[in-house]
Amino acid sequence: MSAFVGKYADELIKTAKYIATPGKGILAADESTGTIGKRLASINVENIESNRQALRELLFTSPNALSYLSGVILFEETLYQKTTGGKPFVDVLIENSVIPGIKVDKGTVEIAGTNSETTTQGFDSLGARCQQYYKAGARFAKWRAVLKIGPTEPSELAIQQNAQGLARYAIICQENGLVPIVEPEVLTDGNHDIKKCAAVTEKVLAAVYKALNDHHVLLEGTLLKPNMVTPGSDSPKVTPEVIAEYTVAALRRTVPPAVPGIVFLSGGQSEEEATLNLNAINKLEVVKPWTLSFSFGRALQQSTIKKWAGKKENVPAAQQAFLARCKANSAATLGKYAGGNADAAASESLYVKGYKY
Amino acid sequence: MASATLLKSSFLPKKSEWLNARPSSTSQPMAVSFTVRAGAYADELVKTAKTVASPGRGILAMDESNATCGKRLASIGLENTEANRQAYRTLLITAPGLGQYVSGAILFEETLYQSTTDGKKMVDVLVSQNIMPGIKVDKGLVPLAGSNDESWCQGLDGLASRCAAYYQQGARFAKWRTVVSIPNGPSALAVKEAAWGLARYAAIAQDNGLVPIVEPEILLDGDHGIERTFEVAQKVWAEVFFYMAENNVMYEGILLKPSMVTPGAECKERATPEQVAEYTLKLLHRRIPPAVPGIMFLSGGQSEVEATLNLNAMNQSPHPWHVSFSFARALQNTCLKTWGGRPENVKAAQDALLIRAKANSLAQLGKYTGEGESAEAKEGMYVKNYSY
Repeated sequence: MSAFVGKYADELIKTAKYIATPGKGILAADESTGTIGKRLASINVENIESNRQALRELLFTSPNALSYLSGVILFEETLYQKTTGGKPFVDVLIENSVIPGIKVDKGTVEIAGTNSETTTQGFDSLGARCQQYYKAGARFAKWRAVLKIGPTEPSELAIQQNAQGLARYAIICQENGLVPIVEPEVLTDGNHDIKKCAAVTEKVLAAVYKALNDHHVLLEGTLLKPNMVTPGSDSPKVTPEVIAEYTVAALRRTVPPAVPGIVFLSGGQSEEEATLNLNAINKLEVVKPWTLSFSFGRALQQSTIKKWAGKKENVPAAQQAFLARCKANSAATLGKYAGGNADAAASESLYVKGYKY
Repeated sequence: MASATLLKSSFLPKKSEWLNARPSSTSQPMAVSFTVRAGAYADELVKTAKTVASPGRGILAMDESNATCGKRLASIGLENTEANRQAYRTLLITAPGLGQYVSGAILFEETLYQSTTDGKKMVDVLVSQNIMPGIKVDKGLVPLAGSNDESWCQGLDGLASRCAAYYQQGARFAKWRTVVSIPNGPSALAVKEAAWGLARYAAIAQDNGLVPIVEPEILLDGDHGIERTFEVAQKVWAEVFFYMAENNVMYEGILLKPSMVTPGAECKERATPEQVAEYTLKLLHRRIPPAVPGIMFLSGGQSEVEATLNLNAMNQSPHPWHVSFSFARALQNTCLKTWGGRPENVKAAQDALLIRAKANSLAQLGKYTGEGESAEAKEGMYVKNYSY
């Protein structure tokens, strides 16, 4: 009915709904070559293709871990990679009922005339690229827009630019069979309080949904990947319950029920923090007509990568660590995380000032 | 858990407060307060909106301007005098037990300051009936220059002080009706103006203690099909919410008054209540954030029974918002005709009103069966080029 209903409409709705299955979430394993290099460097591992392949194989073949995931976001290189046994990663995922997704943006660039605010690149041949990715087995996509909080930020220009960018990306994906994950990340950098973050998040999300609607995006075939509403990184922390109240209030004010799922990014939160916050969000007793789950990168992989340290003999232990985080976050999506079995690595903050992907 | 602390109010922070934020000295949980979109009345607005949007209840729209009320009275052979308007409104609000089915009544300004024929204040009678008094605050539609023969709604001048005065008089919610015409486009200009006017009114009303009912009526006039109505409705509501966000309107303290998504009145293809429900619910799911507590549909020319059937069809499953009615003609038509202006008919007329009120109450709960409806109640009330 109305809006844009192309030939993929039914499939998009089905895929989005499946990804939003309660108890499941997304592993964001779409670090670009440059970014994954930083991860590997932190454990003194060389940034070569075989090592990148080894890490991803470790994750995707972790016994039982995949049962807690509904989707994995991949970088382009990984979409076409195989296990050491020769099986395409895409097949490994699909056989375990995990939907492969693909990062389609090409990074951020500064907007001239602003105070270092950015817009996201990646429109050239986006339609054709989506078609290729669909052929390779991807069924959802991701595009990360970034906004920051400052005395005069985010500016109206930055908000509009990023909202329009997300909307254009979203409709192109839907035209080509991919469910777009819409990610307007408001960075935590700064000394602002949680109320400021709430105000900005609400303003940004209102602009994003306006743009999506203007571009005829089929909301039932999308997912939202927002930041949680938290104090700035230089401000005192608050409890998960407070984060939950502000986050859910912001989403209730901006996200129409047609959107099947909201999958939070972890930003620079530690593994344990992210899980506790997600749990508090799901425990909140108020009407939440979308599922509230995770799409974590660092917050799922941090302790796993440390345990692996690039050594084959560490793989089983690393996979156990990964399974533990997947399980914990799955419980958190149901408000059932009992918490507390976090080791030092899981509690380590992953915040990096001025983080660039 | 924390639900009791959700949405405590605080004062709107000034920009300087944000710039010079003093971090609190402890990491104890702060009292959760929403300085985002919250004025002095935030708590009360939330409470009022929730009360109006209570299960099994809806709104009686009785805010016909004097001119429009004159048309109603003329239809039963009565002169348009203040005494007759007073007698009619007294009849409506003193219907015994009306508050079981009606949570709010929208009044015209004259009525807000009137007394019943027994000398009691209209607002006091409403409150004693457990019905919240509301007030129409717009100043009507006028031609929109530069448009395709379309209208815009006036009323922003002096609105803040009028709202404050109405609050003093006992009103707790307000209503502003603008229209969008599909045969005339609608033009982007008309849609933008409708949405912007509503957003400005809503912010001002909240600032002065009144829950704004946000009403962009997409007129029934036209021979367009239901898909076209759906398309226009999606555009209109996207604009309305975007401008309300820009104006920092607090959604937990508003109510919506949309038109149902139906074919145009002159469209050959009619739609069943199930089809109307399907399209309308799809619209709501795509455009209405869950923070909005209540959606109170207007009847816009549907017959009394049609309006009730459609409302019932929409309530066959639970929703994140209360889905109910704000009916004028679809509640009053039979009642008015039954009264005919005669005192001896008052009881019968009130009974007729209560029948409709109860039917719509059941429809809100999804339990309306349609038994025993009169032919009168099924009569369509669409009037081409209807102007209020």
